[in-house]
Amino acid sequence: MSVLVIAEHDNAVLKTATLNTVSAARQLGGDIHVLVAGHNARPVADAAAKIDGVAKVLFADDAIYEHDLAEPLSLLITAVGKGYQAILSPATAGGKNVMPRVAALLDVAQVSDICAIVSPDTFVRPIYAGNALATVQSKDALKVITVRATSFEAAKAEGGQASVEAIAAGENPGRATFVGQQISKSERPELTAAQIIVSGGRGMGSLENFKLLETLADKLGGAVGATRAAVDAGFVPNDLQIGQTGKIVAPELYIAVAISGAIQHLAGMKDSKIIVAINKDEEAPIFQVADYGLVADLFQALPELATELSK
Amino acid sequence: MKVLVAVKRVVDYNVKIRVKADGTGVDTGNVKFTMNPFDETAVEEAVRLKEAGKATEIVVVSMGPQQAQDTIRTALAMGADRGILVGSDTELQPLAVAKLLKAIVAKEQPALIIVGKQAIDDDSNQTGQMLAALLGWPQGTFASKLAIDGERAEVTREIDGGLETIALALPAVVTVDLRLNEPRYASLPNIMKAKKKPIDALTPSDLGVDVTPRLITLKVEEPSRRKAGVKVANVAELVSKLKNEAKVI
Ligand SMILES: Cc1cc2nc3c(=O)[nH]c(=O)nc-3n(C[C@H](O)[C@H](O)[C@H](O)COP(=O)(O)OP(=O)(O)OC[C@H]3O[C@@H](n4cnc5c(N)ncnc54)[C@H](O)[C@@H]3O)c2cc1C
Ligand SMILES: Nc1ncnc2c1ncn2[C@@H]1O[C@H](COP(=O)(O)O)[C@@H](O)[C@H]1O
Repeated sequence: MSVLVIAEHDNAVLKTATLNTVSAARQLGGDIHVLVAGHNARPVADAAAKIDGVAKVLFADDAIYEHDLAEPLSLLITAVGKGYQAILSPATAGGKNVMPRVAALLDVAQVSDICAIVSPDTFVRPIYAGNALATVQSKDALKVITVRATSFEAAKAEGGQASVEAIAAGENPGRATFVGQQISKSERPELTAAQIIVSGGRGMGSLENFKLLETLADKLGGAVGATRAAVDAGFVPNDLQIGQTGKIVAPELYIAVAISGAIQHLAGMKDSKIIVAINKDEEAPIFQVADYGLVADLFQALPELATELSK
Repeated sequence: MKVLVAVKRVVDYNVKIRVKADGTGVDTGNVKFTMNPFDETAVEEAVRLKEAGKATEIVVVSMGPQQAQDTIRTALAMGADRGILVGSDTELQPLAVAKLLKAIVAKEQPALIIVGKQAIDDDSNQTGQMLAALLGWPQGTFASKLAIDGERAEVTREIDGGLETIALALPAVVTVDLRLNEPRYASLPNIMKAKKKPIDALTPSDLGVDVTPRLITLKVEEPSRRKAGVKVANVAELVSKLKNEAKVI
């Protein structure tokens, strides 16, 4: 058995979701190889080679992989991945974009967003916004899988001594081209890797009010998250959305402020270790999953919280 | 330009689903079904393209039980021109749906296919990408903005770090996020008109596609519930609990 893990990165830094995916790969057993496809991405390949448990890094460095364009990337992964028993990618926006394409080219099913591995062909995955867990068995010889990062421990980033083998770039059909991007810049920890998240809902009321959450997040060294409703209202950018159709997080501490607790939101955060809810409506469903609930108006509670934490 | 839209009939997002006691699946008896919310967005976008004079015809396809016809009718009432129902009582997994859509594309020759980014029942997020791969077409997934300009589609995509814009040479597949638009409600006259719009009925064997599931569901269970917590009286108590009891700050 040998497993190919697709590295998630931005050409400079290896994203931690890759480490969680390597852990999942280890549970499958066998040699683990990591594919790094990027442009001027040597630091990523070197970082991948140091991951504990990785036997080999395959490195395709070419301008066609500078952006995560699914067309050239899926052709490369398909060509390289053919010889493996399983191909794993984190269930990030990048993984979700490219892996189904790989699966279709290989004529196999994809197993999306697995949260546990029962055996090398049997996996657990959430369905219906995490309100049910399905145990599924794959009948395909080659498994194409995306991995829910929060469900697997991160492999150690140091300690491995894998070789880095340069591989040739594949074809680029060239029918999709990169035009531009708007990447949110933040000094705060990355949402999916943060230990503490302060998250706001529609009840925050405005972009300005979200600053109250940012202040709190900075005091705690945490990240800021949001509901779909808060993003839709234009309070914060889309990359902060947590939930069934946003990001999945599981920090040590999740503070939900002015969030009602719709199932679609809970789907993205209910595996957090400690959940705090601050809401002025004592009937809000969020209180049913909160370890500590505070019925209060946020405009009173948040400044108080900032003061209390400074003591 | 002909536009093809795929719409799935799913359990309404407001329904709190229940897992069957025997662990074979989710109880779907007596629950409300609606069009997958992402697919409403897909239909709306197609209708807007038609209103803008960019699309000439909108064909909607749904696959599954006969009741999926209602889902097609909803799309027709929103402004789609005609429907195709691929009836099947076996579970249709994304790879099978993508293959069926590919067979329909061969007949219909659309220049643009719009699907939802994710079906809210299976949460797979696969079908559009698989279809694009099978057709050898470019894809623009998780779209929150779409502009068609001649032979080109410009798609703004929601990605983990923010937004990305890519240009696709048509024909192409676009999968949509809810933020792309606000779907309209069908008016009563349009609901009446939709009853007269044609729906073709096909089967997987008509299309020559083997839809045998590749993933076998061994069991479905409820996730473990969080135990109920406590209410704190004030901020001071909250901070004290977080420091001394939970030890997370
Ligand atoms: C297909 C689909 C997918 C979806 N995916 C997601 C997803 O991924 N993530 C997600 O989050 N949602 C998702 N949703 C939306 C979800 O159903 C809810 O609509 C959304 O989560 C509600 O967001 P909210 O809690 O911010 O807003 P609301 O439900 O409007 O709640 C606002 C809360 O703020 C409280 N409040 C107001 N003012 C104050 C104040 N001054 N002080 C204290 N409390 C106050 C209110 O009591 C209320 O409980 C999805 C919906 C659909 C249909
Ligand atoms: N049975 C189906 N009938 C029609 N469209 C479907 C079906 N299954 C999936 N789709 C389309 O594919 C999208 C993504 O579904 P999925 O890959 O299952 O998450 C949906 O939003 C629909 O547009």
